[in-house]
Amino acid sequence: MRDFSYLRAGSVDEALSAAAMPATMLLAGGTTLLDLAKCGVNAPERVVDITHLKGLDAIRVDAEGAFIGALAKMSRVAADPAILAEFPAVSEALWQAASAQIRNMATIGGNLLQRTRCAYFRDPASFPACNKRVPGSGCSAMEGVNRGHAVLGTSDACIATYPGDLAAALVAFDAIVHLGERKVPVDDFFLLPGTTPHKEHAMQAGEMITAITIPASPAARHSSYLKVRDRQSYEFASASAAVGIEFEADHETIRDIRIGLGGVATKPWRARAVEDALRGKVLEPDTIKNASRLAVESAIAHGGNHYKIELAPRVVERAILKSGALA
Amino acid sequence: MSNQTTINLEINGKAHALAVEPRVTLLDALRDHLELTGTKKGCDQGQCGACTVHVDGERVLSCLTLAVQVEGRAVTTIEGLSDPGAELHPVQAAFLEHDAFQCGYCTPGQIMSAVSCIREGHAGSDDEIREYMSGNLCRCGAYPHIVEAVREAAKVMS
Repeated sequence: MRDFSYLRAGSVDEALSAAAMPATMLLAGGTTLLDLAKCGVNAPERVVDITHLKGLDAIRVDAEGAFIGALAKMSRVAADPAILAEFPAVSEALWQAASAQIRNMATIGGNLLQRTRCAYFRDPASFPACNKRVPGSGCSAMEGVNRGHAVLGTSDACIATYPGDLAAALVAFDAIVHLGERKVPVDDFFLLPGTTPHKEHAMQAGEMITAITIPASPAARHSSYLKVRDRQSYEFASASAAVGIEFEADHETIRDIRIGLGGVATKPWRARAVEDALRGKVLEPDTIKNASRLAVESAIAHGGNHYKIELAPRVVERAILKSGALA
Repeated sequence: MSNQTTINLEINGKAHALAVEPRVTLLDALRDHLELTGTKKGCDQGQCGACTVHVDGERVLSCLTLAVQVEGRAVTTIEGLSDPGAELHPVQAAFLEHDAFQCGYCTPGQIMSAVSCIREGHAGSDDEIREYMSGNLCRCGAYPHIVEAVREAAKVMS
């Protein structure tokens, strides 16, 4: 790891002015920053430690929804009784991610900003070409080992999967990312790769995530997260779905349904076509099966990841049945 | 050009002052600067759990923690779990009793992780133990005995 200078921020303002300097990175849990510095992907000249800032780790839930400070640790949010009661999919997405040690380190803000697990992105010594690392340099994943890569939201420049679980739940429930005073819906916060896969989010230099809010809703209260992966624990999703459902008074007609997908797309993915096909319908197996196919309407595979086009609708279908039983 | 800075760490209840570059991880500070080699370096990338220590009582990976970051926090390593010559910590005793290791390289990390797993209340069933110990890999495959040891130690600690 290349050396860097270290600054411990005493206030958010101090962190922000330091973050505006070139080649500067904010250090929270460190689980992404240091991992990628060791891989040679990150080479910051200055690291600004924000873990000693006070008051940025609050977790509050009221009638309006949840407020989660950017420095709240994954493990604390996952175990918070009010989050469990009002946003079960958020809690499940968190405790099914990473390991207990990493969840004690990683913060909610950092969790959103985690980078792709694309093996070519993570190995600049062996694969200098990567449009995400070096714009315009090419992509080794298109013709390479791409079993874990995305089938939704891809472009000719990049097929790297957004690996996070939490964001799949957040995008389903219209969470808002707070950049100080500026507030950005999580769906707009993450950018499609297009021709600029190095630009992953809407944050500008000199901004930092200060909090996330999630509006309360009956669908969020009756939600769950289903994660399918190569091993049972401590593994990224092959495909996952956060689903929340609200029924009409008859307890079988869907009034509201929210579906966020993980593991299959280049950004946290809202399956709106599936939602639209199911709103107003009676929750019934064939209806769900047919609607779930719409999740991969625009999917494109690149060889190794073809199975995800089959897997994703099945995960959506199962997740809808699971959440439907809760509502 | 040296970029060393002097930091003050509290390890196993003792204060240490050491000069390190900011990039030095807690793992390397423990092993190379303080000769606390009980904490093991496995993957050095946050994937194996061999380097697990406690910071302010919670299990974390020392390979992905900067030494300078834990100034002012209490660090506990496997060396600090029980005093030399004194009775072993119940988790240490359970690992011996249940033969929960073969080569032993992952064991300090397994034990530090297991102590937290039990304290957190995540040792309620074998399935729960497997889920909450999944961040600690054992390439010898001693998992069945590790689960046994954690289950039995949890009974002693409750």
